[in-house]
Amino acid sequence: MSGPLLQVQDLSVTFDVAHRGSWPWTEPHKLQAVKQASILLEPGRTLGLVGESGSGKSTLARAIVGTVPVSAGRVLWRGADIAQMDASERRAHGRHVQMVFQDPLDALNPRMTVGQIVAEPLLTHMPDLSKAQVRTKVGAMMERVGLLPALVNRYPHEFSGGQCQRIGIARALITEPELVVCDEPVSALDVSVQAQVVNLLQDLQREMGLALMFIAHDLSVVRHISHRIAVMYLGRIVETAGAAELITNPRHPYTRALIASVPIPSPKAERARPRPVLQGELPSPMAPPSGCVFRTRCPIAQPDCAEASPPLTDLGQDHLVACPHHAEP
Amino acid sequence: MFATKSVADDLAGSAPIKGRSLWADARARFFRNRAAVAGLIVLIAVAAFAVIGPFIAPWNNEDIDWNVLGNVAEGGRPSLETGHWFGTDALGRDLFARTVQGTQISLLVGIVGALISVIVGTLYGAVAGYFGGRIDNVMMRIVDVLMSIPYMFVLILLLVVFGRSLFMLFVGIGLISWLDMARIARGQTLTLKGKAYIEAARATGVRPFTIILRHIIPNLLGVVIVYATLLVPSMIIYESFISFLGLGVQEPLTSWGALINDGAAEMTNGTLWMLTWPLFFFVITLFGFFFVGDGLRDALDPKDR
Amino acid sequence: MALLEITDLTVSFDTPDGVVKAVNGMTLALDAGDSLAIVGESGSGKTQLAFATLGLLARNGRAGGSVRFDGQDILNLPEDKLNAIRANEIAMIFQDPMTSLNPYLRVGEQMTEVLMLHKGASRRDALTESARMLDAVRIPDAQARLGMYPHEFSGGMRQRIMIAMALLCRPRLLIADEPTTALDVTVQNQIMQLMADIQRDFGTALILITHDLAIVAGSCRRTLVMYGGRVMETGPTDDLFEAPSHPYTRGLLNAVPRLDVPQETLRTIPGDPPDLTALPSGCPFSPRCPASHDPCSSLMPPLEGFGSGRLRACHAAREAIT
Repeated sequence: MSGPLLQVQDLSVTFDVAHRGSWPWTEPHKLQAVKQASILLEPGRTLGLVGESGSGKSTLARAIVGTVPVSAGRVLWRGADIAQMDASERRAHGRHVQMVFQDPLDALNPRMTVGQIVAEPLLTHMPDLSKAQVRTKVGAMMERVGLLPALVNRYPHEFSGGQCQRIGIARALITEPELVVCDEPVSALDVSVQAQVVNLLQDLQREMGLALMFIAHDLSVVRHISHRIAVMYLGRIVETAGAAELITNPRHPYTRALIASVPIPSPKAERARPRPVLQGELPSPMAPPSGCVFRTRCPIAQPDCAEASPPLTDLGQDHLVACPHHAEP
Repeated sequence: MFATKSVADDLAGSAPIKGRSLWADARARFFRNRAAVAGLIVLIAVAAFAVIGPFIAPWNNEDIDWNVLGNVAEGGRPSLETGHWFGTDALGRDLFARTVQGTQISLLVGIVGALISVIVGTLYGAVAGYFGGRIDNVMMRIVDVLMSIPYMFVLILLLVVFGRSLFMLFVGIGLISWLDMARIARGQTLTLKGKAYIEAARATGVRPFTIILRHIIPNLLGVVIVYATLLVPSMIIYESFISFLGLGVQEPLTSWGALINDGAAEMTNGTLWMLTWPLFFFVITLFGFFFVGDGLRDALDPKDR
Repeated sequence: MALLEITDLTVSFDTPDGVVKAVNGMTLALDAGDSLAIVGESGSGKTQLAFATLGLLARNGRAGGSVRFDGQDILNLPEDKLNAIRANEIAMIFQDPMTSLNPYLRVGEQMTEVLMLHKGASRRDALTESARMLDAVRIPDAQARLGMYPHEFSGGMRQRIMIAMALLCRPRLLIADEPTTALDVTVQNQIMQLMADIQRDFGTALILITHDLAIVAGSCRRTLVMYGGRVMETGPTDDLFEAPSHPYTRGLLNAVPRLDVPQETLRTIPGDPPDLTALPSGCPFSPRCPASHDPCSSLMPPLEGFGSGRLRACHAAREAIT
């Protein structure tokens, strides 16, 4: 296969936030959740998306999946603009892009059996399948994600968190999609179960040639599973590079701070870890700072940072960074 | 999970294991609640009374016992000998048969009202809540407008203009009973809409109405059922009130409200049984519904999950 | 004498589905000014351990064994006596600060209330002290912030306020239950550093309850690993991370991806966290343990000392040595 699977060009997502107690016709506040994000994803690869809460990473994912309206920019699937598709084409497109959610129990309808949950995408996209075919496929998929097929008639509340996440993964993979967007798929799970799910995703990717978009706030997990990582801050992608390159050679001051903040499960390394603690917290996305959005917390901010939003510039080897002062220590 | 898992291991490959649905859980919780079960038994008894009553009553509800007429206070007393188990009314008609008939009508009014509210209100509220935005705004403003009309007034007007009939009563009650339910269903839908499984279905490309029917309504039903059980008695009370005003069902049909009205009118003549029998059924039925509603609320309470 | 001494503590809950055994015979000791991390997954009983210590169990909960604070048995103490100890001697901070702050009261009022109630301070003194404490947790412009409501603060700020409130009465023991789980990683870093500084400056003993091994590594002198309501292993943090002795500790450490060393595949612990209504009679970890063998599922191994100040409960590890 040639060419990228997914191309996101200058994507922006803006939400209307109504003033408290205002009239219905007054102009609402604009909340810029994602601003001019561009992403490229090859088939069978994994793109990690990291950022803190409020960075817009989940919104970007939802815009790609199509559950949040895009306000500007384009999402191209194999070169075809998703916005140009009509309603039925759009629904059919849902077969290729599936999603795995953070809270496994919240993502499963408590009134449906596991079999019904896993079968739902099949019923939507392949209504011609006979009941027996559906049953066989569901059974095979459950086995594939490590669940006993005999449990099809059970309900989500009878499973543990890790098992529920497996059910969610089975549902996402049953239509054999090409891209699975995972929104914090392991952060609600116990440490010992996290690794099971991460490994399962990696195995499935290898077997089925899946492309993954892996969203998490935990940089260690993202680094482990991703080929490429994009770092987001307040709706902007501030740096993107190959996983190893980004971790070992971070250029944006935010990426550096993020990496330096990650605790290491080893007392010696932990004591040696430099701690340039980032001051303050995320500014309100309703009123982002002018120019570079990171400048209010940036250790190397210059006066000119307030003037214009710095563009992503290529440093070579596909390492892009949105900071003109990145060379300074 | 280990216990279930080892059981599952034994059965792996054999027949699929039956799951324990939330409904089954709720049923188990409901039957542990003594007051609710007592309420349910009372309701079943009242329903049985309404269904079986006509077959065992020695008197017809329309026949007048000429022996009693003129001497109701003495001859119309409840007694086993005359066959007037509950006594007679002021016109010498058998009160047992009349109460059976009143029970039928009152229960029917309550259940029809609740059913309309469940079906119309739930769908309306779920649609408004799910689509949101302008659709929601318009649909809910319609509800607001309908609610701001004094419905008792409208109901009385309807009955006066189109004549008193059971059908008109249903129309009147149907018009107003679903409004509250629509609001409740909408509110619940708004919270459900934030659930990831709804988003998963949307992302997959499931059609909106399929989502409403498959994912939203089943999860609304808990709240809806609880509210509906509490709605039945309030519908019965409305009907009784209307009948008490003399605008409800027309003779020879009757209802609890009409019977209580008749009985109350005769109170000073020493024929208290005319009031107490219908009142007794009225009160125990309301209590029954309230206890069952309470039990259902505890059983279906999502916090318990 | 140890400041806090927990001996053979059990906590169980009666539920319609059976008896949930959250804590099954916990023993631990903590000296004044010392710090201990309690690490465990969901269902390990780590939070119920803290709740039982403070007498905060839910109504259907029962606690047995003994909890001695400063020599006095405080388990199942009557409510009024416990109240004097809570806040005054032992303070607790929770994962979600918003649930422990009253949204309708100004932060200043909530803080001064504590001081006026427990220390009998005057309103003016209480206000001054509150402002000083907010300053100590590095909240800028403390005086003005006292007049604000909890929702006007960000998550990290709220957690700072919680820490300040917990420290108001100068408790000798601070129990922090997942204090940074709801926070972003850069903010988590700030809070963990603050806790370390506070502990040093105030000389408070600290119990940090968490599921995150990584934040333990840099914060506490001693570490205790719990599973299924029992102690699996405990010892000085450095030794425990350097040479984990219990298969569960080793499994946990292997399962965490690390930013500093790339790993090919993560080694996993198979299975799911324990079902507290149906724990095996032996070691709760035995159904998932790679070294599980004959006596493990029927006989709970005793907690035995080895090395310097280390304890562990494992048949396999003991046999490997002898």
